[in-house]
Amino acid sequence: MSKGSTASGGEPRVQIPGGEPLVQIGGAADAAGAAGDCHEEWKKGAAASERSALDLASVRERLRNAKGPQFWRSLEELAATPQFEDMLHREFPRHAAEWPADGDGATNGFSRRNFLQLSSASLALAGLTACTRQPIEKIVPYVKQPEEILPGRPLFFATAMPFLGYANPVLAESNMGRPTKLEGNPEHGASLGATDAFTQAAILTLYDPDRSQSISNLENVRTWSALQAALKPFLDAQIAIEGVGIRVLTGSTTSATFRAQWDQLMGPYPQAQWHQWEPAGRDAVRAGSKLAFGEYLETRYDFAKADVVLTLDSDVLTAGPGAVRYARDFASRRKVSTANAPQMNRLYTLETTPTATGSMADHRMALPPRGIAGAALALAAALGVEGASAPEQDAELQRFVKAAARDLMAHRGRCVVVPGEYTPAAVHALAHAMNAALGNGGETVIYGDAVEVQPQDQLASLKSLRDDLVGGKVEVLFVLGANPVFDAPADLDFANAIKKAKIRIHHGLYQDETAEYCQWHLPEAHFLEAWGDARAYDGTASILQPLIEPLYEGKSQIEVLALLNGKADAKGHDLVQATWKGNGLTDATWRKALHDGFVEGTASPARSVTAQGAGIAQAIGDLLAASTPSRAGFVVVLRPDAAVFDGRFANNAWLQELPRPLTKLTWDNALLISPRTAEVMHLRQRELVELKLVSGRPVRVPVFVDPGHADECATLHMGYGRTRAGRVGTGVGSAAAALSDSTSPWLAQVDLALTGETYLLATTQEHYNIEAHSLGANLEGREAIEERHLLRVMTLGEFTQEPEKIREMVESPKPEDSINPPWTYEGYAWGLAVDLNACTGCNACVIACQSENNIPVVGKEQVDKGREMHWIRIDRYYGGDLDRPEIYHQPVMCMHCEQAPCEVVCPVGATSHSAEGLNDMVYNRCVGTRYCSNNCPYKVRRFNFFAWNKIEPNDAYSHPVQKLGRNPDVTVRFRGVMEKCTYCVQRINRVKISAEIADRKVRDGEIKTACQQACPTQAIVFGNINDPESEVAKWKAGPRNYGMLEDLNTRPRTSYLARLRNPNPELGEKA
Amino acid sequence: MALSEQEALHQAIVPPKPPFIAPGHSPGTVTEKISEIVLTRKTPRWWFVGFGIAFILVMGFLYAVTKLVFEGTGLWGVNIPVGWGFAIVNFVWWIGIGHAGTLISAILLLLRQSWRTSINRFAEAMTIFAVACAGIFPIIHTGRPWLAYWLLPYPNTMGVWPNFRSPLVWDVFAVSTYATVSLLFWYMGLIPDLATLRDRAQNKPAQIIYGMLSMGWRGGSRHWQNYETAYLLMAGIATPLVLSVHTVVSFDFAAGVVPGWHTTIFPPYFVAGAIFAGFAMVLTLTLPLRAVFGLQDFITQRHVQNMAKVMLATGLIVAYGYIIEAFTGWYSGSHYEHFMMLNRIKGPYGFQYAMLWLCNILAPQVLWIRFFRTNPVALWIVAMFVNVGMWLERYIIVITSLHRDFLPSSWGEYAGTRFDWMIFVGTLGLFVALLFLFIRFLPMISIAEMRHMAHQTAHSSGTKEKA
Repeated sequence: MSKGSTASGGEPRVQIPGGEPLVQIGGAADAAGAAGDCHEEWKKGAAASERSALDLASVRERLRNAKGPQFWRSLEELAATPQFEDMLHREFPRHAAEWPADGDGATNGFSRRNFLQLSSASLALAGLTACTRQPIEKIVPYVKQPEEILPGRPLFFATAMPFLGYANPVLAESNMGRPTKLEGNPEHGASLGATDAFTQAAILTLYDPDRSQSISNLENVRTWSALQAALKPFLDAQIAIEGVGIRVLTGSTTSATFRAQWDQLMGPYPQAQWHQWEPAGRDAVRAGSKLAFGEYLETRYDFAKADVVLTLDSDVLTAGPGAVRYARDFASRRKVSTANAPQMNRLYTLETTPTATGSMADHRMALPPRGIAGAALALAAALGVEGASAPEQDAELQRFVKAAARDLMAHRGRCVVVPGEYTPAAVHALAHAMNAALGNGGETVIYGDAVEVQPQDQLASLKSLRDDLVGGKVEVLFVLGANPVFDAPADLDFANAIKKAKIRIHHGLYQDETAEYCQWHLPEAHFLEAWGDARAYDGTASILQPLIEPLYEGKSQIEVLALLNGKADAKGHDLVQATWKGNGLTDATWRKALHDGFVEGTASPARSVTAQGAGIAQAIGDLLAASTPSRAGFVVVLRPDAAVFDGRFANNAWLQELPRPLTKLTWDNALLISPRTAEVMHLRQRELVELKLVSGRPVRVPVFVDPGHADECATLHMGYGRTRAGRVGTGVGSAAAALSDSTSPWLAQVDLALTGETYLLATTQEHYNIEAHSLGANLEGREAIEERHLLRVMTLGEFTQEPEKIREMVESPKPEDSINPPWTYEGYAWGLAVDLNACTGCNACVIACQSENNIPVVGKEQVDKGREMHWIRIDRYYGGDLDRPEIYHQPVMCMHCEQAPCEVVCPVGATSHSAEGLNDMVYNRCVGTRYCSNNCPYKVRRFNFFAWNKIEPNDAYSHPVQKLGRNPDVTVRFRGVMEKCTYCVQRINRVKISAEIADRKVRDGEIKTACQQACPTQAIVFGNINDPESEVAKWKAGPRNYGMLEDLNTRPRTSYLARLRNPNPELGEKA
Repeated sequence: MALSEQEALHQAIVPPKPPFIAPGHSPGTVTEKISEIVLTRKTPRWWFVGFGIAFILVMGFLYAVTKLVFEGTGLWGVNIPVGWGFAIVNFVWWIGIGHAGTLISAILLLLRQSWRTSINRFAEAMTIFAVACAGIFPIIHTGRPWLAYWLLPYPNTMGVWPNFRSPLVWDVFAVSTYATVSLLFWYMGLIPDLATLRDRAQNKPAQIIYGMLSMGWRGGSRHWQNYETAYLLMAGIATPLVLSVHTVVSFDFAAGVVPGWHTTIFPPYFVAGAIFAGFAMVLTLTLPLRAVFGLQDFITQRHVQNMAKVMLATGLIVAYGYIIEAFTGWYSGSHYEHFMMLNRIKGPYGFQYAMLWLCNILAPQVLWIRFFRTNPVALWIVAMFVNVGMWLERYIIVITSLHRDFLPSSWGEYAGTRFDWMIFVGTLGLFVALLFLFIRFLPMISIAEMRHMAHQTAHSSGTKEKA
């Protein structure tokens, strides 16, 4: 991968010498295409562009009101509306008048004469296509060719995506000034080249046409200066009273520049208050730290050193800051390659909701929240934490805890206990005590100073803000990037409280629910459009540099804060540079930091700390109370969603359509319950139930049976039920926030009522093997999976004894058995292998593939019909018992079979084998018989049943703005053709070409497929299997390697390394 | 004519077979009766009603196909994993129906089964129309129908040929050859009759049109000699096609790896199924027509019985196919096959599979009983069972095999949408509409051959059929 050879010298790359934005976007005003600053043009409301701007605005408005889940169906409906047709006609004003203006226009309608004229004219024109007048579109050529930009050659810039304040380091790929893909930053410790799914999807948000595009005051378009003028009297009045009426609400932040701006603000307004609120934030983590150590400390783990890991309701491998690195370290201990004394870590998981982390567990037990509390206590007692005593528990849990404790103790200093972000603070405190008791402090558990610049108890902070609002103490309220009207606990009734502030200003990417309650809305610049800074989970700071001029009028949070400081014209770049120059960066190190993507040596140093006995004792007391059954009612745990998180990604269609890691649900959240709970409560799959807090409004949610879920409770994911998310996310799913209570935001005691209705939930995979006996699905599927040995699993012990058994599970024909001599590959022979022992099912690869290969989304109805387009899917299998299933993932992409069944049957040869063994797909040649898909045993081929990519202004994904985010190296497929994984052939060819120019062979590891690159656990390896020294060849030579459905003699190029389990002998083979 | 003693004895022991043409017909009466339907009879009201209904269905068909071309295959119920649905089911079904015509015309001609004479014309027409209906589906089922011609091997600037390894390309050859030969064969058989119509036509336009169509046929002995030779040759060419077309169609499935498709029994079992379906359709159409036009003299009880017997025989072959399929599922030891069979029986399409057995295997068994072979209403009902059953057979083969194949993670389900149904019903409309036009404007029974038969019958003893 090439990076920009010099650091970005403090200017956004896209700023072309001469002042022209490379890409001209920014609303319809640009249609004029005139030279000059389009934003200025917009502000002035130039008469020429006003008309078309208004037209688009009205359509946009209509689109915004369209409901999310119906969105895909409503495209056509929308297109058929009179307004839409009206707009179309005005786009071609010359002929617009020829069509009747309204339906009943017999008089002013379309006369026969006109018809004949027109039809004869069009007939004549049909032969004269070359003479059509092209529309005048002024283009502005480069005055000077910008440095480093070569058409067709992407540039990479290091930056970071802030998420919950923490930096997710990335290398952003820029094609001709357009960011098109985000990769992890290989040099940054928090990424090591990998990313999570959210980061992969961020590109789509950048080009989201629903992002807010202008400053508005009560829905009217305004300018920055107007805002300034409007604010001035209020701010001036506040100076006298030290800013006592000023409140700023943000999300969590780690930005030193933001902090610096805030400190400046404290000068004139010392009484101003900064509140923070994240609905799925880290309050419990912070509180746990405070309880145990008396201060906010950042806890981080070193899984690379941990032989034994125990998680308490934690999805540490795929969620939360540092998850990407944690997954990598964890998986590094599971890549069992040699049969000689193979070693592997062991994971114990106690959790309520099945998570990706739980699916990796060697021993997993599902417990309701109070069970988790009890288990934590019992474990603490077994590990000798002072004062801890085990509550009464069932024998199975006792056995589990005893064995786990013994195992942990046997690995003192090389083990770790990980509490989940949404478990009570007491569990965190106790975990700190347990890790201390195990001698893990400074080994596998590292404590450092808080990474956030202003850690606080966010729930308390939000409550105090709400009290101040209701008390009329708030004059000016700034909401920066938070959305409390949507996601604050229901009992705070934030929508009503916020109205009490005299002047309310919302700043965000979207005109969301909170924006609706604010007089002013300011568009936020996407992190790829703005300067900023953020720190990763380990404290390493990154400078965020923009790759593109703001598409709309967005400003970053620090710029808005600077506006409060009276520096309306301050540039983000200068603010960030001032902060970091102040922190000791020189010009040279600033450039280096930009280039590298992080400021060297800023990782927070490890601190040695000791837990306070009093805090631990309090935690034990809290947990004793929590572990006893108390209030009546059905317990629902609220968790952030694996795709839309807390709702911030609700308008991201890639994420909405991403099959959630275990349920494989798309486009909805659901009440996840265990099969046993479903039986006991007589709940059917997809049945709508009504949930209600004791006081509060009811929420209707469909039931979804999720094997592996804890009994007697349920899970509902947050982030759904948005009312103003945009055309994709509005109205999708049910709002969990209505069940959130400020006394326990993530745990609701609800009343459940049946409605008798059912609801369509679109899943990409059914529970074929697991629902069998209790829920009426078929039993045969279970046998089918076993017989076919699709997924091969062994325990470490079995593997050590008989490593060859994995290969021998299925007898497959050998190439030499054929009467045809095998084809010999002279040059490269590309192949891929997936380590099932490392795959956590986190979905990063799925979105990475979607982003790299311009894969469209299809919408809920089409997913339900089985027409999703993902080139890579993660098959999820359950094993063993219905109530305590083992969970497995298997990423499936095209196998690039040596003897591909698809190739033989294509009548036009649109899919054929390349000389390097790729199964190529020739879109232009495909006529769409779908025979190849029928004949594909792996069902990895995807068909364009409709023109998913057809440009329609009412199509969120196909919006012209979205086109800017497409990978220019990959064809956008048309309707009626088949497509599938190509092993990222564009990447192969790019590297091959540069290798050929340099007159050398492609080096191993030089080509990375998109899925491989994104994978946090490095479960995927790609390379030349002709080279025995290549990583992929080594993987394939190992004893765990097998091919799926090899007995069909397809000889797949994609192979799998069998999953191993490392159960504790004390607990037996079962998970 | 006095019977010899031996003949009388023979007659007493072996009852005479009923003749293929009712006694009392002379060449003249035959000509009169058949040509009168076309030339002189007033078009009955039911013709307009029937044609009108068929026409409306065709319009629905055109609407659905237009929408399909403009919007995409997604209008249908097909998905991944079930990439083929109604279109392929209908294609195979129609092609199957199209088999009876050529079989009756060519094979029975070569085998000198003279009973074929009175039904061959009609069966051939049915073949042409069925093949026309069938031919639509492979084209519209593609994702980009406007490029379907790429399946043809034509020299082009792209320098690309179709993939000759693909059964779909074989299909193109098989079906187009079959359509061409069937059309030629049918038209050739029509020439003497067209000349008859030309000669008997009362008005000028009819004379001109029939005149052009009859290509100068004068009925000279030289004409007849050439005609007979050519007709026989055509029959010779058409005969292997009867076997080849459905064999090739079955390769569409048999050449795939999908369990439920990948089986060697398919070619014979498809051919038998085609004949089974074809005869069922001939019966479905002739029984009412015979009654309406009073053609019981020409399409006699014996014809009907013979057709019923062919149906029974081919039905048994089909049953054998089903049984062997199930047996193989168990005996092969392949868990894919085993699962496929279990899934057919117990899976989500178990009802359709049961219906298939009822329609195709159980229902025709009543034909062992003479009553069901001779009673037109009962026989018609049995034939309808077979029509439905044969459609279900293709549905089962296409859908149940695909919907749960190798990877349980990718299993899915399929159901036709209203566009699927509109297009299917639309082709039924097209078929019926074409038949209505045929019976109105062309002789539905071969006049020339019937004349010949009437002549022979009149000159034979009347008690013994001339082979």
